[in-house]
Amino acid sequence: MNLLQFLAVPLVTCLLIAGTPRAVYNRMFALVGTAVQLFLVIYLIRQFIAARIQQPAEVYFLQQFEWFPTWGIQFQIGVDGISLSMMLLTALVVLAGVLVSWNQEKMSREFFFLLVFLSLGAYGFFMSRDIFTLFFFLELAVLPKFLLIGIWGSGRKEYSAMKLALMLMAGSALVFIGLAAIYQQAHSFDLAILSRHAFPVSFQYLFFPFLFLGFGFFAALFPFHTWVPDGHASAPTAASMFLAGVSMKLGGYGCLRVASFLMPEAAQYYGPAIIALSAIAIFYGAFVTLMQTDLKYMNAYSSVSHCGFVMLGIGIFNVTSVNGAVLQMISHGLMTALFFAAIGMIYERTHTRQVNELGGLLKNMPIISTVFILAGLCSLGLPGMSGFVAEMTVFTGAWQNTSGWIRLATILSCASIVVTAVYILRAAGKAVMGPLAAGWQNLKDAAWQEQLAAGLLLVGIFVMGLAPFLLQYLTGNEADGLVRSASSQLINK
Amino acid sequence: MQLNDWLIMKQELLLVAIILGILVVWLWKEPSNEAWINGMNLVLFFNIIGGLWDFNYGTLFGESFLVTPLILAEKTILNLAVWIIALFSYDWCKKANNLPEFYLLLITSLLGMFLMLSSQNILLFFLGLEMSSLPLAAAAGFDFGRRHSPEAAMKLVISSAFSSALLLFGISWLYGLTGTLDFSGLITHIGHSPLSILAFLLILSGFAFKISAVPFHLWTADVYQGAPTAVTAFLSVVSKSAIFMVMIPVLYQTFEEQIDIWYPGLIILALASILIANFFAIKQLNLKRLLAFSSIAQVGFLLIALAAHTQEGATSVLFFLLIYLFSNLAAFGVVSVLSAQYGIEEISDLSGMYRTHPFLSWILTIALFSLAGIPPTAGFFGKFFLLLSGSSGGNYWVIGIAAANMVISLYYYLRVVKTIFLNQPVQSLPQHTLSFSVKFALLFCAVGIVLIGFFGFLYEHLFQLLTGIN
Repeated sequence: MNLLQFLAVPLVTCLLIAGTPRAVYNRMFALVGTAVQLFLVIYLIRQFIAARIQQPAEVYFLQQFEWFPTWGIQFQIGVDGISLSMMLLTALVVLAGVLVSWNQEKMSREFFFLLVFLSLGAYGFFMSRDIFTLFFFLELAVLPKFLLIGIWGSGRKEYSAMKLALMLMAGSALVFIGLAAIYQQAHSFDLAILSRHAFPVSFQYLFFPFLFLGFGFFAALFPFHTWVPDGHASAPTAASMFLAGVSMKLGGYGCLRVASFLMPEAAQYYGPAIIALSAIAIFYGAFVTLMQTDLKYMNAYSSVSHCGFVMLGIGIFNVTSVNGAVLQMISHGLMTALFFAAIGMIYERTHTRQVNELGGLLKNMPIISTVFILAGLCSLGLPGMSGFVAEMTVFTGAWQNTSGWIRLATILSCASIVVTAVYILRAAGKAVMGPLAAGWQNLKDAAWQEQLAAGLLLVGIFVMGLAPFLLQYLTGNEADGLVRSASSQLINK
Repeated sequence: MQLNDWLIMKQELLLVAIILGILVVWLWKEPSNEAWINGMNLVLFFNIIGGLWDFNYGTLFGESFLVTPLILAEKTILNLAVWIIALFSYDWCKKANNLPEFYLLLITSLLGMFLMLSSQNILLFFLGLEMSSLPLAAAAGFDFGRRHSPEAAMKLVISSAFSSALLLFGISWLYGLTGTLDFSGLITHIGHSPLSILAFLLILSGFAFKISAVPFHLWTADVYQGAPTAVTAFLSVVSKSAIFMVMIPVLYQTFEEQIDIWYPGLIILALASILIANFFAIKQLNLKRLLAFSSIAQVGFLLIALAAHTQEGATSVLFFLLIYLFSNLAAFGVVSVLSAQYGIEEISDLSGMYRTHPFLSWILTIALFSLAGIPPTAGFFGKFFLLLSGSSGGNYWVIGIAAANMVISLYYYLRVVKTIFLNQPVQSLPQHTLSFSVKFALLFCAVGIVLIGFFGFLYEHLFQLLTGIN
């Protein structure tokens, strides 16, 4: 299967959107384009499973094109289980994002153009098998993110857009230093070649932090998470969904695939530091969320806390925990996108996101309220939904490490779930249940496109929660392989 | 000399023919500005094509004038830049007095650069350099009506004279030391005495003045602001590119032995340029001044790769110059249209421009993102390879500082983008249809910015040009 079509479809969609001035066609093109992309991803997964049964390999459908032969840089794309699941997540979130922005009136052409363009970068990033290509797609998102938040955002949007762009650029700058060092050491950007290259230990100790912290900016690793609350809270609904659902995963994926995978010794050496930072993010994020009264800020801080689990899994770096980290990336992507969608729908109708001003929404908006509650339940890790599966796996993995300090971090992280339950249930109880607050009598419930968007994400959450083996079947091999190949490098020395 | 020998310098001859043509037509009768503009745009286009027609390489005038495929390509790049500048200055040219003089000055300056690029003798080189800078001083003062314009001209004259003096002083030391003025002779005789180091430092300062590297940058912002936008674009793109193109062979071949001097020298200049220009750029309110400081910062990035003294570094410099040409000309093109149409050059005047001028807004946005080095624009690739070459000696702290400064520079570029897209319009600019030539020039630049990065073979081609014959 030609992977280029996963870049070509969004690109053509973008061009079509840019070429039509009428709002009705813009959203139609965006919808058709993203729907086609979702079908293509599902079809690709089928092809992938067939190919893997036939002949297991490291990378499937690999394609290489000469790009800068002077430097030996190739445009290289290929997929494996982890990147496929990420692409599926991207496809779901973008489609849902287009659906919830269906009634976008202000500059709709530019809006859909930038949204689809944002997804193009994510697809490219997850397919890259060459870290130059990867870096290119990582930075591709700066322009659309800045404009999406700045133009269509709410609140302190200019400040948030600027902060997000600069902080992510700072992350890129750190990643760049790491990349340059890797290149000077191994004279290649090809992941396959680099994974076989044994980097000297002192080199790893020096440059692993650059790569890991650089990607950590994107993954909201404490203390580089400060762009998350402002950025997510100010962004328009679809952009919040994409930022929290997909963009933050770029960081986790990069930490796993580039930093920890290429420099296993350093990953082991810095493991305790990473674990400490992620435990702080989890615990601190949960308590800060407790103090929020704005629904979007609440979900944004809870994202910091949840993404901490991803980094915790990567920091522990054993087979179970890395599997858990991958699951958590997908689970959090679906869950947070759903949460932002629900908050967006509520905001669109009531024009407030303050928990205190809302109340009893279940009475006249049963569907939206149900979606809100379901997203909340998934967030606090209710069994049967994706959050439970992922977080449980991370904890199990973390517990396998017998060091006392790591046990302590694990216990702290586990305990944060109680805090999560407090803020979720409190918000749900106040905003959705109880007596109907004054002024909200004439609100309309979700329209068809909003139901469809929520339905798509809910299907993902429940399938993952009830049948985790399906996703495990897709990503398990690769996650295991990633850890094994890295640890075999450790043993060989 | 036979006809074939003359064809070696056909790019120069074409320019001389154009200059003479302008003079003759001007004597004959007085065509309207419109006729001049269209005619000159056409002539400059054929100048590019003519320069590429039928390659001839070799030396002339007792080996003091050299043309290689690399030099031919470099001259073509400069030709292209001048053509684009002529195209997007349409609105300004229409209102200008004594328009032919303006073309005359720019093309004479270009001719000087061509001589400089081809020179194998340091005196010929100096002649070319002088020939390229003096007409620009006259051109900078071309807006007689504006108070800033003569000031810019004055500053440019004085600072060029000063830098030329430094250069000439260095050259005289060199001649005293080696007894030769040929570059090839200098390589063998230059030695490593304190005097030769002094001479070299003087020459390097002369270069630094011309490319306005910190601390030799003080003239830049005022001149850029005061000069007509077309001249500013010429100064920031064509002049700087030409000097960088010359610096590659001068540093890599002639003064190769002095590497222990010029390596730290260039790194200091580079870091000073990047840091100081960025901090000054943050505060700027005038778009042209902002672009002036931004161009100083870009020079710093170029110097990092140049200091790497590898063929990859030199290739990255040339590649970035090509990208910089498109990016900066697109930005200046928009500025030129805005200042000619509405007389605005302040950043705050751009507030909410997107509502009335979506085309110009997108072009300026793409150009600024390219200057900031954000993909998919070509600037990303340019900066990436500059810094990657710069890291070749293991100097990670240098590229670390440079990378941190990319974050700072993003701030001031984004500030302009923010003003265009997010701010409420303070004054509504009337709609204005762009003339064909302006539209074409801006679109051409935008297409170049978006596509060059994906044409990796361009980089490879430059690399082969640099390593192959040179």
